[in-house]
Amino acid sequence: MVSTSILPLQLDNVSFEVRGVRLIKDMSLSFPAGPRTAIIGPNGAGKSLFLRLCHGLLKPTSGVISWATTEDLNPSDAQAMVFQRPVMLRRSVAANIDYALKLRRIERSERIHRIDQVLGRAGLHRLKSQPARTLSFGEQQKLALARAWALKPQILFLDEPTASLDPAATHAVEEIIDAIHAEGAHIILTTHDLGQARRLSDEVIFLHRGRMLERTPSPEFFTQPRNDLAQAFVRGELLWWNLGKDNRKNKLKQSN
Amino acid sequence: MNEFSKAVAVAFQLVLGLDHQLIEIVSLSLQISVLAVIIAAFIGLPLGAAIALFRFPGRMAIVVFFNAFMGLPPVVVGLITYLLLSRSGTLGTLGLLFTPTAMIIAQVILVTPIIAALTRQLIEDLWIEYEDQLRSLGAGPGRAITALLWDGRFSLTTAILAGFGRASAEVGAVMIVGGNIDHVTRVMTTAIALEVSKGDLALALGLGIVLLTLSVSVNGAAFLINETARRRQS
Ligand SMILES: Nc1ncnc2c1ncn2[C@@H]1O[C@H](COP(=O)(O)OP(=O)(O)O)[C@@H](O)[C@H]1O
Ligand SMILES: [Mg+2]
Repeated sequence: MVSTSILPLQLDNVSFEVRGVRLIKDMSLSFPAGPRTAIIGPNGAGKSLFLRLCHGLLKPTSGVISWATTEDLNPSDAQAMVFQRPVMLRRSVAANIDYALKLRRIERSERIHRIDQVLGRAGLHRLKSQPARTLSFGEQQKLALARAWALKPQILFLDEPTASLDPAATHAVEEIIDAIHAEGAHIILTTHDLGQARRLSDEVIFLHRGRMLERTPSPEFFTQPRNDLAQAFVRGELLWWNLGKDNRKNKLKQSN
Repeated sequence: MNEFSKAVAVAFQLVLGLDHQLIEIVSLSLQISVLAVIIAAFIGLPLGAAIALFRFPGRMAIVVFFNAFMGLPPVVVGLITYLLLSRSGTLGTLGLLFTPTAMIIAQVILVTPIIAALTRQLIEDLWIEYEDQLRSLGAGPGRAITALLWDGRFSLTTAILAGFGRASAEVGAVMIVGGNIDHVTRVMTTAIALEVSKGDLALALGLGIVLLTLSVSVNGAAFLINETARRRQS
């Protein structure tokens, strides 16, 4: 078990651009251990980019992302991420988890123990020896969660973990996320499912066009978002959203 | 019976009767090509994967070089190897010219670019799919290499079989550096060329039948491997 915490995660003036286009703009915020964060916003808002920046898969163009300094723990060894589309290696279900544990240099007896444990908890035990790629999409997403769980992360990033799942699979995945949180992992997830954000978060960050427009405790956000775009988003008034800035201005003028 | 059908009949007799001379030639051919392909795989797989995963100066040039070498005529490869191994060449002192070793070297030069180029393409595609996930788990390109090669195993086997097909079918390179010496460096393709020019069609046809069977088996194996991979969705 980890004895020291890599949290809080701190972002100072973080921007990310690709070929001169700023996709993440001046984000400054901090994530202490504890509350579960849902990042919501329309498609293309920058939710996935934000997670990948925090997780270290992308380097910010400017600004600094930092973790609390711990004595003997590399911050990247205390994180895990589950992607929108699960990526499974062409080997068995158990071997997929084993591979991840080996990369963290966990010894064999402990690996066997953890694989059994997380497969049981994720309800995948009977599929243990099956090639992972033959699992259904929902099962693969559960396996991705089980694999992340086995790493005992202090922080778990989830990028739209149920985006293409049916209600039953969504429910199962949400239960696993809850259990991982209950074991002490900090949860940051992106979603465009407002119901999920309500169920799984203690606070909401609203992103729009690469900017953080609002950060509010969940109960408050869903009754009374402060930002007008967030209000529109929560009410579902988003059909005009992606038409572009000018259109939006016109629309706002019309409604005034 | 005309001369041709007589030759065909004798050819089948040679093959089915496991003719001593035929067996000798076939087994030397297989030894040379199999060994060459194994060596080429040991060089080409990691090399191709490294080129796919790492960015370094001159990378593009190497990619172009391998792609060009993939289509190089075997006689040219034979010539290059000949120059390397001839008395005045860089490796001339080893005295390898006109030995099976020289033929293996030539085929390694012939096959390595094929395996390396196909591996590069495949691993590059896999890395696009896996990069975020593997980096997240803690494997950068260096540590990911073995996992990627393993996950590409079906397609890579096909690439290796393609290399074997090219090695066992070529005649130009082994002719130049081997010299087609009886009992020493005579392989199927060079023997066929010689027997035909002598007008002895039976042995040539017999070897041709073996070569054809080999080629069909290799392609069949490649097909089966791909089918298995598809069925397993992997
Ligand atoms: N590698 C990239 N190059 C250029 N544009 C990108 C790249 N990755 C993402 N984007 C753009 O950045 C914006 C935010 O993307 P993303 O974070 O995936 O949005 P979402 O909130 O839907 O997850 C989108 O407009 C997307 O097109
Ligand atoms: Mg996204």
